[in-house]
Amino acid sequence: MIGITSYGAYLPLWRLSREAIAKGAGGEKAVCNFDEDSITMAAAAAIDCLGEADRETVDSLFFASTTSPYKEKLGAATVAMAADLRRDTDTADFAHSLRAGTSALKSAVDAVKAGSAKKVLVVAADCRLGIPGTAFEQNLGDGAGALMVGDTDVIATIESSYSVSDEIMDVWRADGDTFVRSWEDRFAATHGYLEVMKEAVSGLLKKTGLSPQDLAKVVFYSPDARRYTELAKALGFDAKTQMQDPMVGVMGNTGAAQSIMLLVAALEEAKAGDRILLASYGNGSDAFVLKVTDQITKFGTRRGMKAHLSSKRVIDDYKQYLVWRGILPIEPRKETVAFFSAPALWRERDANLRLQGSKCKVCGTIQYPPQRVCTKCHSKDQFEPYRMSDKKAKIFTFSMDYITFPMTDHPSVTATIDFEGGGRMLCYMTDRDPGQIKPEMPVEMSFRKLYSKDGISSYFWKAIPART
Amino acid sequence: MRGIRDKVAIVGMGCTQFGELWDKSHKDLIVDACYEAYEDAGIEPKDIQMAWYGSRESGFTGTQLSSALKLEYIPISRVENFCAGGTDTFRNACYGVASGACDIALACGVEKCKDHYGGFNMDILDQFDRSMVEWELPPASQFAELATRYFHHYGLSFDEGKRILGQIAVKNHHNGTISPKAQFHREITLEQALNAPMIAYPLGLFDACGVSDGSAAAIITTPEIAKGMRQDYILVKGLALTNGAGQAVLQSDYDFIHIPETVTAGQAAYQEAGIENPRQEIDVAIVHDCFTITELLIYEDLGFSPRGKGPADVEAGTFTLEGELPVNTDGGLKCFGHPLSASGLRMIYEVYKQLQGKAGPRQVADAAVGLTHNVGGINGFFNCTVAVFGRAD
Repeated sequence: MIGITSYGAYLPLWRLSREAIAKGAGGEKAVCNFDEDSITMAAAAAIDCLGEADRETVDSLFFASTTSPYKEKLGAATVAMAADLRRDTDTADFAHSLRAGTSALKSAVDAVKAGSAKKVLVVAADCRLGIPGTAFEQNLGDGAGALMVGDTDVIATIESSYSVSDEIMDVWRADGDTFVRSWEDRFAATHGYLEVMKEAVSGLLKKTGLSPQDLAKVVFYSPDARRYTELAKALGFDAKTQMQDPMVGVMGNTGAAQSIMLLVAALEEAKAGDRILLASYGNGSDAFVLKVTDQITKFGTRRGMKAHLSSKRVIDDYKQYLVWRGILPIEPRKETVAFFSAPALWRERDANLRLQGSKCKVCGTIQYPPQRVCTKCHSKDQFEPYRMSDKKAKIFTFSMDYITFPMTDHPSVTATIDFEGGGRMLCYMTDRDPGQIKPEMPVEMSFRKLYSKDGISSYFWKAIPART
Repeated sequence: MRGIRDKVAIVGMGCTQFGELWDKSHKDLIVDACYEAYEDAGIEPKDIQMAWYGSRESGFTGTQLSSALKLEYIPISRVENFCAGGTDTFRNACYGVASGACDIALACGVEKCKDHYGGFNMDILDQFDRSMVEWELPPASQFAELATRYFHHYGLSFDEGKRILGQIAVKNHHNGTISPKAQFHREITLEQALNAPMIAYPLGLFDACGVSDGSAAAIITTPEIAKGMRQDYILVKGLALTNGAGQAVLQSDYDFIHIPETVTAGQAAYQEAGIENPRQEIDVAIVHDCFTITELLIYEDLGFSPRGKGPADVEAGTFTLEGELPVNTDGGLKCFGHPLSASGLRMIYEVYKQLQGKAGPRQVADAAVGLTHNVGGINGFFNCTVAVFGRAD
């Protein structure tokens, strides 16, 4: 029995009210903070999906996105480091299509089926940009979803799948484009989305012998808040009772992550025995039938979609959003400074990306960054690695700098934090409300992008107020 | 350990105007400071046998000094120890003389901070971590963390804490008005200090020192030689340098309400100088008020005030010019300005003038024992110097 054994999701804390983009526009969309991208969101969703699982047991990590920061360099490798997975994890990126999330899911199922992996972590994230002033800008949102695929403790088996491949210029982004482009909506909907999705779903129903009423929940990719209802009607599903809300109104269309995230939302509401139909879209469609097992009742809690949707702060400053996305320039640093050293980034990768500290085997003191000589007992080279990224912490002291670079997140909050179980760290805070920070405030760690220059980004961990 | 007490004497000092000296290079400043020191000591450049050059971001290697002054083929080392670099430069020169390696040594510190945008070379992080993921280190943020915790630990509200810090700024601004070479010569009121824009919460504009260009220099020799040069030479009584080992970020019991580097450097210098009760025995102290919170912690760390009682002493006016123990009579870093590697030597310059009775309107009556203190770096990684000086009589 192969299927989903765990799920997780991530939505940035921030929601941009659509009213801020265009007067009268309703709802809001999830937007990355200035220090987030598809890799950081994927890391957060992956870690949510891992829960308490032994991270050594994960064999593969597939990262799906149309907005990986790199054209040439593996995003999955960075995500696997942030998730503190094994060195011999099989990592791969799935890209270039809004179907990338479900392509990765299919490959994960095939890998487990073939016996080449026992557990595959599929994580999809996207943060696409619409040209300012367009409907795309209003519709597109940022987020990530993650699914663990395996053959034990399965909460939803993947019973069958069916795919269609389709050549059409409906939505695209050429090499070098920042913004999503599209052809006229009527053409794109008629011969793209509606026609292809119908073909895939009908094909799957035919293949499985199921009829629309056999499905407890139907999860369709939807480019906007309403298009999926047209499709549901045409296929004979009841829009009121069977359809998963695509949540475009509250989070936006999250691209390659959308299908995965909506499946997570469906699983959060599912009962044992439910059949769920999932269909993605992007130059074709991948359609799946899943059956929820009794295991779902034993499944632990994840932040998933629900907690991430309710944990939010709304920004109504459109200019701030444009600065965060790099669409409006900010005052750059004046001094040319020596910047990244690739050997140093490589050398420090466990400390920086895994947030791996060291625990003294002689006196037990936990230290970050990892040390050679113990800060307390001065023993030399008597350390074992110690993961800090999943530990809760409290602020010991902090400051808020109003004049330092970068200017994107003033005031720039640095905090000295103490971890539960030991260990201290000096770090930045993000997603914070300057008026709320005080000593003893609970915080947790979040994987973020710190600096970028010449195409090199340094990813690192920042403290955020505990997200509830 | 025999220590440095009474082994070396200062026979000449120079100090330039500090400030935004757009029209002067670091070599101009070196020449101005060193020629004042030569003249004060009554020596010729050829009398200098060894030299130490302090600079953090204004020229590498000892040749910066030799080429500016045309000191030909003598040994010169460059010293860098962040904001403690000036005193450390002086310290190295003292040990050079005390060891007998030379009879007359020059120590010169200089900085052209204002050649860097914003006044401070921004690549501080680079010195610590080339993978560029650790914290960036704006000094204000670093010292603000001390203020946050000090307020929290002692139950001071933001307003209460700020009023204490504000009074330190008001004092140093007053002293700056009678300090001709200082960068700022302007009285401020407590209200101005409290209403100033925030720089790094909880520190505002008037909690931060000036960032400046400047240079200061000292001529050092043995007491025996000094006697033949002038009557009012000044003796080095104690010299201490301590360095943190990252404790603030590695140890959860590091409390952020004191700077251990200052405590330990103070203890070492007092022991060497034979000082048992610093509050009573020290007549004038020039300390590293890079931020007002730093000066507050120094009162307690150097034993001027009992733990937690610094604020009460501030309220009582203990550290004003007329107070029990005048601190930063020349305006401090706050108003004299802070060209990093020059500051330590500038502080020694003020103590030297005070002990000679040549401090003009700033003169502390009968000043016989003076102290200087520098602290540079970031929490857990401070370099701290404490020096004690006394009159020859």
